[in-house]
Amino acid sequence: MPLCSVGYYSEVVNPPRASLSPALVREIKSLLGPANVLDKQEDLLLYEFDGSVEKGRPDLVLFPHTTAEVSRIVKLAADHEVPVVGRGAGTGLSGGALARRGGVMIVFARMNKILEIDIENQRAVVQPGVVNLDITRAVEHAGLHFAPDPSSAKSCTVGGNVAENAGGPHTLAYGVTTNHIAALELVLPDGEIARAGNKHGDVSGYDLCGLFVGSEGTLALVTEITVKLARRAEAVKTLLAIFETIEDASEAVVEITASGITPAACEMLDGWTLRVVEDYVHAGYPRDSGAVLLLEVEGLKEAVQGQAAAIKTVCAKCRAREVRVAKDDRERELLWKGRKNAFGALGRVAPSNYVLDGVIPRSKLPQALGRIKAIGEKHGFNIGNIFHAGDGNLHPIVLYDPRDTAQFEKAIAAAREIIRACVEMGGALTGEHGVGMEKSELMEWLFSDADFALMRRVHDAFNPDCSLNPGKIFPLSKGCGEIRIKRKEVAGAQV
Amino acid sequence: MTVAANLAGRLADAIGAKRVVSAAEELATYEIDGMVPSTIVRPCSAEEAAEAIRLAASEKLAVLPVGSRSKCELGMSLARYDIAMDMTGLRSVAHFDAGDLTLSVDAGMPLRELEAYLNQKGQFLPLAVPCFESTTVGGAVASGIDSALRLQYGSARDFLIGAEFIDGTGQICKSGGRVVKNVTGYDLHKLLIGSLGTLGAITRLNFRTFPLPAASGGHVAGFARSETALAYRRAVGKSGLPLSNLEVLSSGVVEMIRAILRRSGENVPTEWGHTNWSVYSCFEGDEEVVRRIGAELEKIGRDTGAAFHRILGMTEDESLGGMLRESFEWLRWASPANVICRVILPGLKAEVLTELLRLAELAALRAVLLVRAAGIVYFALLAEAGDESAMESLRKVVVGVRALAEAENGIATLLHAPLGVKQGTEQIRTTGAESALQRRVKQAFDPSNIFAPGRVVGGI
Repeated sequence: MPLCSVGYYSEVVNPPRASLSPALVREIKSLLGPANVLDKQEDLLLYEFDGSVEKGRPDLVLFPHTTAEVSRIVKLAADHEVPVVGRGAGTGLSGGALARRGGVMIVFARMNKILEIDIENQRAVVQPGVVNLDITRAVEHAGLHFAPDPSSAKSCTVGGNVAENAGGPHTLAYGVTTNHIAALELVLPDGEIARAGNKHGDVSGYDLCGLFVGSEGTLALVTEITVKLARRAEAVKTLLAIFETIEDASEAVVEITASGITPAACEMLDGWTLRVVEDYVHAGYPRDSGAVLLLEVEGLKEAVQGQAAAIKTVCAKCRAREVRVAKDDRERELLWKGRKNAFGALGRVAPSNYVLDGVIPRSKLPQALGRIKAIGEKHGFNIGNIFHAGDGNLHPIVLYDPRDTAQFEKAIAAAREIIRACVEMGGALTGEHGVGMEKSELMEWLFSDADFALMRRVHDAFNPDCSLNPGKIFPLSKGCGEIRIKRKEVAGAQV
Repeated sequence: MTVAANLAGRLADAIGAKRVVSAAEELATYEIDGMVPSTIVRPCSAEEAAEAIRLAASEKLAVLPVGSRSKCELGMSLARYDIAMDMTGLRSVAHFDAGDLTLSVDAGMPLRELEAYLNQKGQFLPLAVPCFESTTVGGAVASGIDSALRLQYGSARDFLIGAEFIDGTGQICKSGGRVVKNVTGYDLHKLLIGSLGTLGAITRLNFRTFPLPAASGGHVAGFARSETALAYRRAVGKSGLPLSNLEVLSSGVVEMIRAILRRSGENVPTEWGHTNWSVYSCFEGDEEVVRRIGAELEKIGRDTGAAFHRILGMTEDESLGGMLRESFEWLRWASPANVICRVILPGLKAEVLTELLRLAELAALRAVLLVRAAGIVYFALLAEAGDESAMESLRKVVVGVRALAEAENGIATLLHAPLGVKQGTEQIRTTGAESALQRRVKQAFDPSNIFAPGRVVGGI
């Protein structure tokens, strides 16, 4: 690791550390019990990372069990003018759940109960630390599931999904997290407990859930979530379309979209990536191909047959070498195993990787992949691509060695150019990973001063002192860079 | 010179005399709840609208952005109303990428015109809202009124991907983008949906569009009792059949639809109206899918003991689907004085429907009801006269409906009511805490409180 994380853009991520007031630490320990508090440096170290390339160490890590505890902690932190950041499983990819300004980190891992399941009305009420896949496991007996399915579904939490408005392969048909949230219980930065939305999901007045979902923990902490449950489709077909070149595969994606076919998922793996994955997972991806598309169609069996046939026709027109259809659940799971474990597979070929999340209009896919390749060559990287092709959500992967600071900086430069290219093509910085601290400085590529002024007013309406998750989303010059909470230094304080 | 003339003059100086109207007869056509603006502004660009709003903000004048004005009665009565900002001069398609299935369109574009435009390319926008012939796309979004296709396509929040609007400081702002998946920055555009013009003047909206289905179908089933109608509805839900709409209709609604269709010489399913409760379904897909869904609905109808059930012919379905899309429009003019409440409940129970109808009966009012999609109840009270005693009865039932919704942890909203009822009953139930959060949003968007003051719950 670089000794001092490069900080993506302009600053040192870990500023000189101030000490927390011992009185605060004492009060919190007596509130939660020592088993729910971490304050030793070796423990805190584990919480300075997430899945991104960023770092930010908290001063105190807490594991509350109830909303009341969260409220109390937030109130105490506010009284002591200490920043607070929420965290789920720490699988985020943009530094959203890192303590950029130190302070108190509230980890929701122990608020992990499913509080209510209402099969008839297709709702579940859960605590934020419930693991994404556990909701589906709890309701699949009734033919239901929780549709957002990020690749980290086995470990990421619903609270984190809400904060980042997480996506996944099947969001192409089902929509992202925000489309599946009916109500939220919130703890505001002054400790007040509030609610937004209701069990039905329709509101009178403003769509506050729509605002809070994806606000990356900068407006409130979420302590309870009412999710909508979707019905499992009657039939599913999984197809693997094999192409000689990535250009042909991209063209097929454009054609599939333009011809009005909406698969439930449409994922692409380029040739280089699929070979790395195949060597590890043995999913059955052909090692000699230029790219594959992993496609899934869902619905009534009649609809699935028609859509699968239409996809085959389009792929053939785009010079697919072959389109395989999974014969059974085992084959289907194997194909998906390759996709879902791809990032793990990449760990075999480089010490670290940097996953980007740019999004482009879908028709620009062939140009975008061309640009990514050229940018990689310019900086001396072989950039892999494994991504949600159907909704134009790219995940270029830059492999690098973090011990080599010069190479890391080059990786950052290449990443920046790729995101810039996405914006120039009419796209956006992030499709599902969030802005976090990783892309906050790039926000100016998309938003004007007037846009920032309004976003800042909305931020300040809920989080006026920048005490919640400071240093995220906004460029440092336009947001909480100049955090108004000053940490109190207490002489002789020990942490 | 009067204050109004002064204002018109200053606005004319700011954005040109052609864009400003202050003739009394035109002002009268912008009347809402008995209030008439002192000036109408008709901007033809976002910049012109922003200029006028900056002037309004500097003088703290109340601005109501309007489209075709087909649903201006929604929401609470305005506290102030100085300028009507007519957005119908902004009516172009800014971008339509057919291959991407994304659209960027000016807020003043009429939905009907937009539909024709998209249909040419084999696509459509699933905003099947009432007053479809006149409403603008911006009005449809700002009103938050339900689309008849929301069961399948969701509400605007599920396919609105970005927006450009003018905030209360007169700045042109945007959020979201033109890509179908995007988490860059706060989703401010979602707040505009149903905001009734209180947060900003929408100038442009970006949507995900959808391919036109190859075929569609409709089905009706009739039941003697609400319990069996709801049992059928539950069975249909459980079957997982993908429907684009599912509506439970009380016999009064059916009678009204029959009467309207008959008057216009359209087809009416003959068995209809002989049962107390009917359930209408529509669905789409390729022909095989449509055939299969029709057959399955027939089977569910038989299994749940429907008094009659049948697949509708194509023209019958089009007539009925069109009537149900427009139910808000014809219900509100169906009697000399009437009220339409929208009630949402966490779960739908037959007792609640019975109780709603009983409330009306106790007040000797004719009532009809319609349950759309995932349990949105439209409850209409039809008074035969517009006198004070009718108003009193209407007020009494509205209060009862609100109490019932509250007891069930639901929400009751007045969509339409005579002024005497609207102002005599609290508009919507929202918890104090949620209303406080909403107030913060309003303050952020509109610090001088110039946009449609008072129109959202809690007088926001």
